[in-house]
Amino acid sequence: MTVLHWATISPFLLAILIPFLYKYARSIHTGWFVLILPLVLFVYFIRQLPITSNGGTVEHTVPWVPSLGIHFNVYLDGLSLLFALLITGIGTLVVLYSIYYLSKTKEKLNNFYVYLLMFMGAMLGVVLSDNLIVLYAFWELTSLASSLLISYWYHRKKSTYGAQKSMLITVFGGFAMLAGFALLYLITGTFSIREIIASVDVVAASNLFLPAMLLILLGAFTKSAQFPFHIWLPDAMEAPTPVSAYLHSATMVKAGIYLVARLTPVFGGAAEWFWLLSGFGIITLFWGSLSAVRQKDLKGILAFSTISQLGLIMCLLGLGSASLYFSDGTNTEMYTIAVLAAIFHLINHATFKGSLFMTAGIIDHETGTRDIRNLGGLMTIMPITFTISLIGLASMAGLPPFNGFLSKEMFFTGVLNATELGIFNMPTWGLLFPILAWVASIFTFAYCAILFFKTFTGPFKPEKYDVKVHEAPIGMLISPIVLGSLVVIFGFFPNLLAYTLINPAMEAILPTLLAEGEVFKIDIYHWHGFNLELFMTIGVIILGSLVFLTMKKWAQMSFYLRERDPINYLYDGALAGISTGGKRLTSTYMTGSIRHYLIYIYSFMVLFIGYMFFKLDGFAFGGEAAPITFFETLIGVVMVTAALVVMFAKTRLTAIVGLGAVGYSLATFFVFFRAPDLALTQMVIETVSAVLFLLCFYHLPVFKQKFESTSFKVGNFIVSLGVGILITLLAISSHNSKFFESLKDYFVQASYDEAGGKNMVNVILVDFRGFDTLFEILVLGIAALGIYSMIKLRLAKEDH
Amino acid sequence: MRTNDVILKTATQLIIFIIIIFSIYVFLAGHHNPGGGFIGGLMTAAAFVLLGLAFDIDTVKKTIPIDFKMITALGLLIAVLTGVGAFVFGANFLTHTFDYFMLPLLGETELATALLFDIGVYLVVIGVTLTIIFSIGEDQK
Repeated sequence: MTVLHWATISPFLLAILIPFLYKYARSIHTGWFVLILPLVLFVYFIRQLPITSNGGTVEHTVPWVPSLGIHFNVYLDGLSLLFALLITGIGTLVVLYSIYYLSKTKEKLNNFYVYLLMFMGAMLGVVLSDNLIVLYAFWELTSLASSLLISYWYHRKKSTYGAQKSMLITVFGGFAMLAGFALLYLITGTFSIREIIASVDVVAASNLFLPAMLLILLGAFTKSAQFPFHIWLPDAMEAPTPVSAYLHSATMVKAGIYLVARLTPVFGGAAEWFWLLSGFGIITLFWGSLSAVRQKDLKGILAFSTISQLGLIMCLLGLGSASLYFSDGTNTEMYTIAVLAAIFHLINHATFKGSLFMTAGIIDHETGTRDIRNLGGLMTIMPITFTISLIGLASMAGLPPFNGFLSKEMFFTGVLNATELGIFNMPTWGLLFPILAWVASIFTFAYCAILFFKTFTGPFKPEKYDVKVHEAPIGMLISPIVLGSLVVIFGFFPNLLAYTLINPAMEAILPTLLAEGEVFKIDIYHWHGFNLELFMTIGVIILGSLVFLTMKKWAQMSFYLRERDPINYLYDGALAGISTGGKRLTSTYMTGSIRHYLIYIYSFMVLFIGYMFFKLDGFAFGGEAAPITFFETLIGVVMVTAALVVMFAKTRLTAIVGLGAVGYSLATFFVFFRAPDLALTQMVIETVSAVLFLLCFYHLPVFKQKFESTSFKVGNFIVSLGVGILITLLAISSHNSKFFESLKDYFVQASYDEAGGKNMVNVILVDFRGFDTLFEILVLGIAALGIYSMIKLRLAKEDH
Repeated sequence: MRTNDVILKTATQLIIFIIIIFSIYVFLAGHHNPGGGFIGGLMTAAAFVLLGLAFDIDTVKKTIPIDFKMITALGLLIAVLTGVGAFVFGANFLTHTFDYFMLPLLGETELATALLFDIGVYLVVIGVTLTIIFSIGEDQK
């Protein structure tokens, strides 16, 4: 266990201590204890920066299940370090924010911080693991922790609904992903991502390539809320705002992005990968920004905005993967800019979306509402919140001089480059990318404007709020201020990150493109000259403003009246359908009638054994048979007659007597076939059972006692006929196919020589096979005790 | 409503011993001839059932003042101990042996440990049968 290992699992270790800290240090807000950990981790990861920025990596292995090739590998390169910094950095700010957001006295803080730490550890595990199975384990832990956090206020129905939904969708994806990992293991024989990337040729040549890719993408898409799996994210907004800010904007929803980026060296360069990523990404971007406009809830808008920005990043990763197609080195720079934009926007989005969620939380906390129809005029009352929101929203809308502008420009460059791709049918469909991206940006601008103007401008109406509205305490403002400043700093000095964070991350995503000692050319700057991207941005601002100004008209459209995403109806319908359908299906065959179950059992037996019989051609007839004597024929006729009597008897007494006749005929058969012990036993046992039957018959209830014959049912007839024929065939065939010598010669010989008995049957029973007899008498004893207790113990009756 | 069934009772008093003796014969003969613990046990039980039919269950209980469940348990115990006993001689579970002995009155006789096991079977069968029939019979009252 190295320091990196301890860093990964330290949140779990601290989580164990939280309940004690909560119980024995009640006077201090538990969050203060928690705050130390992400801060220390953040500093630790910052100190790793020099290693990765020089292209180095750190790798440590601790065997976990070595026999299955599962090791707790930690691997630190540019990409995982970037995510680790996001997780710990924003984690620190979120914990700090939550200390002021959650009340010390009213909330169950121990639960909250245990879940939060669990999530943090799981997320660190996801980004630092090199082993796919370990990654998957941490991945599911993030789903679990996320659900726990969403349902933190578990007495609210909406919270539990949201938690269930996110759990179902992400775990669905998680399972698919596990299957994908298993396929990758089948192809390469290793769970190590590093080794899989090294054997990328084998993967590409395999016919499991496509299934593995689709399954893994399913996991990534569900986690990262891509269309149409995005529906859980808006419902996850029932979580406390620090959770929304941390999980559902900056970290967990980027786990899918991380996975896609991490596996780009494996799958990138394939047309399917390119199309799926960029296609679903652009649709998500478009749908998210379109849906965000119609939301009335601050966090609802932010949720859909997150969805759309995640789509943007996903799309850029897809476009960037085209560069792997040209691995010979021509034109690569044209496509690597998409990856650059993806990483840059990933960082930017984490900063501005985190701060926006926090300011939304502040507004909620201080005014008691998040509904934009009630809010307004907060500009002068909450000046700091207003400033931070303005910065965040401007950045999100893509306005200069903030960092969102830079990533948006690069995004436009990326999609415009995509149209010039000469591969993957791009010339025909490529034009859709810039158009969709552009329209989505217009709506992005519009909802940013809505967020800003509806919340902060207009007249302030104190009577609308239940509480006296004032600026938040400084502690709550620190985190958004830090994030807001980062937005500005990254906006003005974008190249600050270029060779420390972005380049190492790009090297991790596109490892094959660089020669030794080379670096990607990263130069982010505001002024590109009068190019198409700039005009597109100007168009976005103008049209976006128009959309916002004509919002009243748009708002009347039915699409905008309904707040909920229509895909929710699909989900709800499917969920209800599965449960009612399952119930209906179960109630069709689980009737509770033993008759039906017997029919299932016998039909299965007949069909299955019969099928195998035909399939393996198990029939064997015409072997040697002993001659049939007159007496055997006679007893046989008696027996069959008695059996028919049992079946067609009108009264039960006849049936019982008929059964007795069958039993005595059997005893006679035993006599003729020279089995005296069997004959004796059969005779006595038949007598006893006939007596017991008569006893039951005598005690049948008098009411409803009708003397009617067995009713004829075709189904029963067919099934019983099938069973009879099958067993007859089986008996004949098995008689005629003897593959081994019988043991009887041995018993004949040994029963006198070795066991000293002349009665072979009895010697076998008590000597050669005495073990069976021992347990048969045990069975008898249990039966006797069972009957005794059934008769004597009548607790149920005594109760009444 | 039991009428005067003196013939049945008298016959029973006689026959029951014949049945029991026959059942013991069948039981002992099992090693060489048809019979054995199972059928012998059933027949002994049948003798007691006959006693119960001719008189009543209380009479049977007075005649043999033993709990039949205990007989079952005893039989199982004997059967298991026969198996465990083989361990004393370093043999496997349920290993049987036999030898010939000169016994007074009987002359040279074969004695087999399998007989001990059969005694267990015999007792279990008696116990089980009587437990079942008499618990049901008592319930009728």
